[in-house]
Amino acid sequence: MRKAVIIGAGMTPVGEHWKLGLRDLAVEALLNAMDDAGIDKVDSLYVGNMISGPFVEQENLGALIADWAGLGNIPAVKIEAACASGGAAVQEGVKAVLSGLEDVVAVVGVEKMTDAWPSDATRYLAYAADAEWELFHGASFVALNALVMRYYMKTYGYTEEDLALFAVNAHSNGAKNPYAMFKRPIKVETVLKSPYVADPLKLFDASPVCDGSAAVIITTPEKAKELGVSKEKWVEVAGMGRAIDTISLASREDLLTLKAAKVAAERAYRMAGVTAKDIDFFEVHDAFTVMAALSLEALGVAKKGEGAKLAREGQIAIDADYPIQTMGGLKARGHPVGATGVYQTVEAVLQLRGEAPSQVPDAEIGLTQNIGGTGSNITVNVFRRV
Amino acid sequence: MARPMQVSRYWRHFREKYRLIGGKCENDHVHFPKRSICPVCGSRNVEEIELSGKGKVISWTIVRNPPSGFEYYKPFPLALIELEEGPVVLAQLTDVDPEEIDFGMEVEVVTKKIREFEEDGIILYGYKFRPPVK
Repeated sequence: MRKAVIIGAGMTPVGEHWKLGLRDLAVEALLNAMDDAGIDKVDSLYVGNMISGPFVEQENLGALIADWAGLGNIPAVKIEAACASGGAAVQEGVKAVLSGLEDVVAVVGVEKMTDAWPSDATRYLAYAADAEWELFHGASFVALNALVMRYYMKTYGYTEEDLALFAVNAHSNGAKNPYAMFKRPIKVETVLKSPYVADPLKLFDASPVCDGSAAVIITTPEKAKELGVSKEKWVEVAGMGRAIDTISLASREDLLTLKAAKVAAERAYRMAGVTAKDIDFFEVHDAFTVMAALSLEALGVAKKGEGAKLAREGQIAIDADYPIQTMGGLKARGHPVGATGVYQTVEAVLQLRGEAPSQVPDAEIGLTQNIGGTGSNITVNVFRRV
Repeated sequence: MARPMQVSRYWRHFREKYRLIGGKCENDHVHFPKRSICPVCGSRNVEEIELSGKGKVISWTIVRNPPSGFEYYKPFPLALIELEEGPVVLAQLTDVDPEEIDFGMEVEVVTKKIREFEEDGIILYGYKFRPPVK
């Protein structure tokens, strides 16, 4: 079977880009990735994006971005899997390369969220929920996650303070990332004093509304050699998995198990021939602090109910056993929804090349996990240093 | 603000939203809303069942920054309610002091206005849950 390696990675800073539109951001990230690989053309383009229609009245992103990036008459499509669109787009790019149909593939994740009113943004994000049975009742995405958070705290006896530790860790790492939206450390009190958005979930338990774009170039080792890309740049996509769960929270068999992440991770581990113990760092989907805890459990890093314990015991810091969110995670780097999975990929590439601003020493294998919906559509990817 | 829902789109769910009609498969698995395929065993032999509307609060939140269209109601409590027949339903709580909501609190269904659109739009009704009226 063919192998897939990432040979180029690029991104824009995450933030409120008042002067830049969706196409500007995507083209910038894409060209950064192509320049990083030292190439000027690709066979195809996959765009990870969640809700460009409502946010900026633009669909057909494949044509828009390939056109404006000067890529010629290549095949180009948008991949949508709610907030996991970016992770899914990376997987579609890898699949195209592994299948042998395409040799050099570009993947760009992009989301432009700050052009909308906040309450409209809240509505658009809730499109990832079940429209008839969740949004109909006024559920925001934050509210759905708050329902999980309260139940998690009650079931295992955790406090708001325990979960705040995930935000503190993310900000501590994000402070060193020049591309992060929030480049400042915070204290537990900062989280606890922030206003409730949907009790018990506070503003600082949640990732921000923001804009951003990230991109990677994927090819085979043979083609990479042919293109003259230095081997130090290569990062292998060693494993991938993706799975869904019930779209509505109410239909979930167990509110506190991210079954889709579990299934996706098992697949990714099997394909890469590794276990959770072999992973040197984890980029989990901490759109909400409770999701970071549940993700660690689903990925097999913590036992069920013990995800938040890892934070309490200090095991998630850069120099600890299970470093997570090494460049700030969704919480501090920011969460331009459809772009997030590609940002995670770019950050994993930087770690494995040894170029990360807060480097995990001798990192060889990294994992990214990208959640769409309230756990309804999840991708897990495993990357390995070549 | 988002455009009003089309009438037909709303009308399709009258039965579930006004009468709490769910599904029960040949193996007695009950679910809500009704599906054509049982989510537990995959049976396609599913018949309608009207749920009692009595249940208990599993988890709840107070929505302070709602999606557009619900600003008028904020802040409002939203809960996951386990019905006595088994299925879990997401709905707003009504006629309750937010401070009094607790795990396991008993509630019953009531039909209420869910949302109003602008003058040319329709008014949506549906189920909410409240502490039982004695």
